[in-house]
Amino acid sequence: MTVVEDLAPPPKVEIRPRAVGRREAWARRLPLLPALIYVVVVTQIPFVVTLWYSFQSYFWDVPGGAHFTGLSNYTKVFTSPDFRGALVRSVIMTASAVIVAMILGVVCAVLLDRKFFGRGVVRTLIITPFLVMPAAASLVWAGPMLDPNFGLLNYLLAPFGVNHVAWLSTHPLGSVIVVMIWQWTPFMTLIVLAGLQSQPTDTLEAAKVDGAGALATFRELTLPHLRPYIELGILLGSIYLVNTFDQVRLMTNGGPGTTTTNLPFYLYQQVNNAFDIGGAAAAGVVTVVLTIIVATFALRLFARVFQAQETRA
Amino acid sequence: MIAIRDPGLRAGRAGRTREPTRQLLRDVSGRIGWAVLAWAVALAFFLPVAWMVLTAFKPESAAETWPPQFTFSPTLSQFQLVFSGWGPYLTHSVIATVVSTILVLALGVPAAYALSLQPIKRWRDGLFFFISTKMLPIVAAIGPLYVIALKTHLLDSIWVLIILYTAMNLPLAVWMIRSFMLEVPGELLEAARLDGAGRIREIREVILPIVSPGLVSTALICVIFAWNELFLALNLTVTNAATMPMFLISSVPQEGLFIAHLCAAATVASVPVIIAGWIAQRSLVRGLSLGAIK
Repeated sequence: MTVVEDLAPPPKVEIRPRAVGRREAWARRLPLLPALIYVVVVTQIPFVVTLWYSFQSYFWDVPGGAHFTGLSNYTKVFTSPDFRGALVRSVIMTASAVIVAMILGVVCAVLLDRKFFGRGVVRTLIITPFLVMPAAASLVWAGPMLDPNFGLLNYLLAPFGVNHVAWLSTHPLGSVIVVMIWQWTPFMTLIVLAGLQSQPTDTLEAAKVDGAGALATFRELTLPHLRPYIELGILLGSIYLVNTFDQVRLMTNGGPGTTTTNLPFYLYQQVNNAFDIGGAAAAGVVTVVLTIIVATFALRLFARVFQAQETRA
Repeated sequence: MIAIRDPGLRAGRAGRTREPTRQLLRDVSGRIGWAVLAWAVALAFFLPVAWMVLTAFKPESAAETWPPQFTFSPTLSQFQLVFSGWGPYLTHSVIATVVSTILVLALGVPAAYALSLQPIKRWRDGLFFFISTKMLPIVAAIGPLYVIALKTHLLDSIWVLIILYTAMNLPLAVWMIRSFMLEVPGELLEAARLDGAGRIREIREVILPIVSPGLVSTALICVIFAWNELFLALNLTVTNAATMPMFLISSVPQEGLFIAHLCAAATVASVPVIIAGWIAQRSLVRGLSLGAIK
């Protein structure tokens, strides 16, 4: 497994370029256009409409449709403790799940990086949680795993003095994060494992000949080598996990109270329970603006990760 | 320097030490210890899945007991119940998943070509535009999406899911297919061009045969994401297009015993994707890293 220099232009093919002209330029663009137009239409138009509705007062349950209200939706969003709370919880959930999943992922990857009996099976077992339908994972964790009366976890922890804990009401946020970690550790494992297996063995050999211990070798050689992989895993994991909805909806339904309401679930409630299209749109616009700020850094990191691999290759 | 010896790494070098037998023993025990640890971690991760499948075979009365039962007379009645009710959900899921994946490939292959082998001038911007759409949270637009779907009469129709799943997976597929196309040997393309092959023949006869395994794994990744998607399905469909994740929700009644039935439904809903993922294991990391890691 190696990392490709993904952003390098492929010059080999260009040995004998076709006649380059205006017609040729369009012929090159043509294959891209359907996908480009499709993505622009389907992903950008809803956001433009969102922007428009964010200045409208529009409630499902009130007849008469939408009418212009200026910035009042935004005033509501910025003064709403629910929105702020959901925002903070989204950050907490995403950050803690990504970080813990990455730490566990490194551990699993190190375990898998060595030959032992049944390695293929172990790898398959470890990646399985990622493949389980999130809705199924949420419901199975909420019921058979975490139930206070018959849950497997309480049974397994009983020897340690745990007695019928109602995890979802006493540790709701923690329970949701645990399921997120459980599902995303395999993802981190695979990415870090690819990094470990791309490490040149001769450096490791040299370190061993020099008498370096395993831990020192890992810290001084392996970790720096893994850095772009870890960054990539954290970035991609964050992109996916910030949208976490299934676990919240199906394990705790945002509660008790609002203790597990993150942004996706808050927006879902605005539309489905409060019927507030305008308010949800304004909250959505604020979310998108915040995302763009974060994504700008993320994209820069993304480019840097590829660039770094380009120069190394 | 911390001098922690790593027995496994030194395997096969026992002859260099003064006490070969002791070294060998340490190697063997180190290896066994490593394997045991790895297996323990793997089983811990797999435990909830195993428990789900096990519970699915329980009679309802054995599923909610304290202590949990590990031995019981297995029954298929929960599965029979699932199979009697999942018909429309399964159909909707299969249609949404398959059609959206075909659309993704149909749009993604030419786009990937235009961004790799025969790149347009600003291919970098194109690539990053695609990935940037993955960073916009679709949840932010859910209200307006609902209104748009309502006004275009797409609400609760399978097409709304097909359209959105295609857009959801297309950026990922473009990046992934592009990484496969970059592996097509330049000499082959050069030879085809010397033969006077046009662009379409070049794609069909030279590139596609080489990247087709890559297309299969791209398709599998798209299938996994489309099959598992809940948020859009829950918001934009009711009955006419409700998919498997919604079938799962419907199998949680307000009262009575339902845990075994739920586990059977969860097992049935998850198994196709778990198997697809096991098959695509080798290319999973590539798809998930958008082709950055091979």
